[in-house]
Amino acid sequence: MIMNSLYYQKKLSRNVGDKFFTSLSVFCALIAILPLIFVVTYILIKGGSQITPELFTLEPNPPGDDLDAGGINPALVGTLVITTIASLISIPVGVGGGIYLAEYSNGGPFSKFIRFGVNVLAGVPSIIAGVFIYALIVSTKILFGSMYSGLAGGMALSILMLPTVIKTTDEGLKLVPNELRYASLGIGASMYTTILKITLPTAFRSIATGVVLGIARAAGETAPLIFTALFSYYYIVGIEDLFYEMGSLAVLIYNFALEPYDAQNKLAWAASFILVISILTVNIFSRILAAFTEKTKRV
Amino acid sequence: MIKNTKKSQKKNILSLEDVSISYGTFEAVKNVFLNFKAGDITSLIGPSGCGKSTVLRALNRMNDLIPNCSLKGTVLFDGTNIYDKRVDPVEVRRRIGMVFQQPNPFPKSIYENIAFGARINGFTGDMDQLVESSLRKAAVWSECKDKLNDSGYSLSGGQQQRLCIARTIAIEPEIILMDEPCSALDPISTLKIEETMHELKKNYTIIIVTHNMQQALRVSDMTAFFNAVEYEDGDGGKVGYLAEFDSTKKIFNSPKEKTTQEYISGKFG
Repeated sequence: MIMNSLYYQKKLSRNVGDKFFTSLSVFCALIAILPLIFVVTYILIKGGSQITPELFTLEPNPPGDDLDAGGINPALVGTLVITTIASLISIPVGVGGGIYLAEYSNGGPFSKFIRFGVNVLAGVPSIIAGVFIYALIVSTKILFGSMYSGLAGGMALSILMLPTVIKTTDEGLKLVPNELRYASLGIGASMYTTILKITLPTAFRSIATGVVLGIARAAGETAPLIFTALFSYYYIVGIEDLFYEMGSLAVLIYNFALEPYDAQNKLAWAASFILVISILTVNIFSRILAAFTEKTKRV
Repeated sequence: MIKNTKKSQKKNILSLEDVSISYGTFEAVKNVFLNFKAGDITSLIGPSGCGKSTVLRALNRMNDLIPNCSLKGTVLFDGTNIYDKRVDPVEVRRRIGMVFQQPNPFPKSIYENIAFGARINGFTGDMDQLVESSLRKAAVWSECKDKLNDSGYSLSGGQQQRLCIARTIAIEPEIILMDEPCSALDPISTLKIEETMHELKKNYTIIIVTHNMQQALRVSDMTAFFNAVEYEDGDGGKVGYLAEFDSTKKIFNSPKEKTTQEYISGKFG
């Protein structure tokens, strides 16, 4: 029997193949990340140059031959308001539903049906959520006679956030070791005390991570808002504005990017810049939150 | 009621009458008759899969938390069948506390670990004092007194387990159930927990499941030996049963059953 040398031999066919496929997968990975890099840098360059202090304070000017497009204050505030409404609806419902699935249900047909439904809802195109709220709220004028409104926009986005919140709550709670539940029940705590005081606080950070990701997703949605919140050029000043058309960054980009005027196009770039930066920030924040969770778990 | 024998004047605090427990269609343990005396430490020993942990969990209805687990027969505590439909399992667990195999402190401070149970049980007295006395009784006060606000996880495994015992004591149960409390601990921590148990015996009834026969011999007054036999229809499954129950001395020195003798001497298990 011939003994092969123990040293690494480059020309061996298995080593050549190994090198080839390693480089191939690295190449594919690079191509996969390219769009992100291009999109982000393009927006940073195009949009970053448009950032001025007035951008954050002024109303946008209606498109026309006016050279000054104004600012995006109403859209910025509108996005915040609409996302807040969406969170106010979807976080309680979603966390409650997740608690039911993880803590109370016993894997029967009802909970299987809900889990299946949540997965389907997660796959529903966002425009469908918009059309649904349009049919339910906007066209029926059911909200005190108002049609397009920030409130309706928030509802549409909450439909999109709901599956994320339910799923992360469900999964976050399932990660809590059963021993902890037994410990609490074993000293005579009721189910509800156990969930409220032990299980939920333990899973808090993973739930928060999911909620934050859900918010980040909802904040960038355009289609559902076109059908529900529409757009507005005017400052948001009071509660009653919730019942009227409300601007948002995503719809502002959609509207102004299509305008033939250069001033409006620039405003759209600036809005894209702010939207991308805020969503990136939120995503990074949720990463930090998740990393922090793992660290505390290891203790 | 079952009459007390002459030897032991202690009263029965917990009695199992013809108890059989199944997981779905699989019968884990059947036809158990067993009386636990107040103020005793009773250990449940036996080979793996004989149902001793199942029986222990049945005593404060922890089995309710396992899907498909069902119980036939009667578990009398304080004159009440705790499996009666009208019984609230939460109340049962308040009076029969449990310490688990793995130390499982809450992810809270040491102080809060003790105070949590007491507070939900409506304790209104001096909480500081309760925390101190519970930790003292569980023999972990000296290690904890300077770091009551640190996380329960900052303690070593053995200290965590004693913290869990302290947590159970704080709700003032009548019976403490321990499911292999030392199996995850080193010999020195084990010894400390056993000392703790001797102290606790003055005030509480303790029922302990253990794999360690020396431990049963060291700590318990009474010993119940569970064994498992193959089903008569012979499909390979095993069902647990109570093979022998007597004072620990008798079980270890002159057992009546041959299987007990064989298990004690290490021939199987």
